[in-house]
Amino acid sequence: MSLLDYFKTSKASSASLAKERLQILVAHERSSRNQPSYLPQLQKELLEVIRKYINVDQDAISVNFEQNDTQETLELNIVLPEHQTKTS
Amino acid sequence: MARIIVVTSGKGGVGKTTTSAAIAMGLAKKGHKTAVIDFDVGLRNLDLIMGCERRVVYDFVNVINGEATLNQALIRDKNCNLLYILPASQTRDKDALSQEGVGKILDELKKDFKYIVCDSPAGIEKGAHLAMYFADDAFIVTNPEVSSVRDSDRMLGILSSKSRRAEQNEDPIKEYLLLSRYSPDRVKLGEMLSVEDVQEILSLHLLGVIPESKSVLNASNSGTPVILDEKSDAGQAYADIVARYLGEDKPHRFIDDKKGLFGKLFGRK
Repeated sequence: MSLLDYFKTSKASSASLAKERLQILVAHERSSRNQPSYLPQLQKELLEVIRKYINVDQDAISVNFEQNDTQETLELNIVLPEHQTKTS
Repeated sequence: MARIIVVTSGKGGVGKTTTSAAIAMGLAKKGHKTAVIDFDVGLRNLDLIMGCERRVVYDFVNVINGEATLNQALIRDKNCNLLYILPASQTRDKDALSQEGVGKILDELKKDFKYIVCDSPAGIEKGAHLAMYFADDAFIVTNPEVSSVRDSDRMLGILSSKSRRAEQNEDPIKEYLLLSRYSPDRVKLGEMLSVEDVQEILSLHLLGVIPESKSVLNASNSGTPVILDEKSDAGQAYADIVARYLGEDKPHRFIDDKKGLFGKLFGRK
């Protein structure tokens, strides 16, 4: 610490940036920590089933598991391509 | 009833061994028979911080393998006759520890000691897992820095799901935050996460703040736990932490920048 530091006015503080980044990251990591371990496998198998009928991309399907005090929600989201019926 | 304390962090270099040495000494100085165990097999350093590196004959792995008795391996501290050190093996790898072996040694220690302090290695692998597995209390050593806070949170997840208490559906491990290498002046300048920031992110009970201090290096240079340096800020911070852990009411210190204008102008000596 020196004379200079004492008079320096701090701009946007790096500590608040650190806090913000950590809060987002920790929240994300905690939510995935509580996810059931079968989730990735479930996602993979669901994708296989859907692909039998519809030609969807690998990333067209997302599975979200959410938990609060009263209930657990499993959210399944599939983005269908424009021409959705497989012509085979 | 004996209590097992794990000193852990996930991240390396945050002050686990310094903390283990200090709180073990502090508990013993308060009249409680205490053992401190180094779980860092292959990279032992607790012996060096405690200043007993030349008295190591047998180690933790020797005891697990039945090559030595616990009494042969325990080293009585030179400063306090209620404190004993169980060093880690320097030559084996971490697979030398087994859950069964560690459990047996801890059970034996519990008959004779009031507190058993487990100095965890960094990381989340076997050594770290076994150090926390049997714990009753966890001291999470965290630096006010992004990677340390993140790793501490990861460690909290492991404590709440992979410990013996979690697996057997007992009361969870009691978790305490020890924020180390804290610089109030940098916090004031907005350059460092504050105590409140870290507490808010981790939602942990704060046991104490250890300021960034020259006395820590001086203490490890000489092999005396920093808590014995009663004049130093870090030594006093650890003494407060031990007192709070034992239920004494001590107001928190070293959180605010106490230096006046004079100190700021002329810097730390």
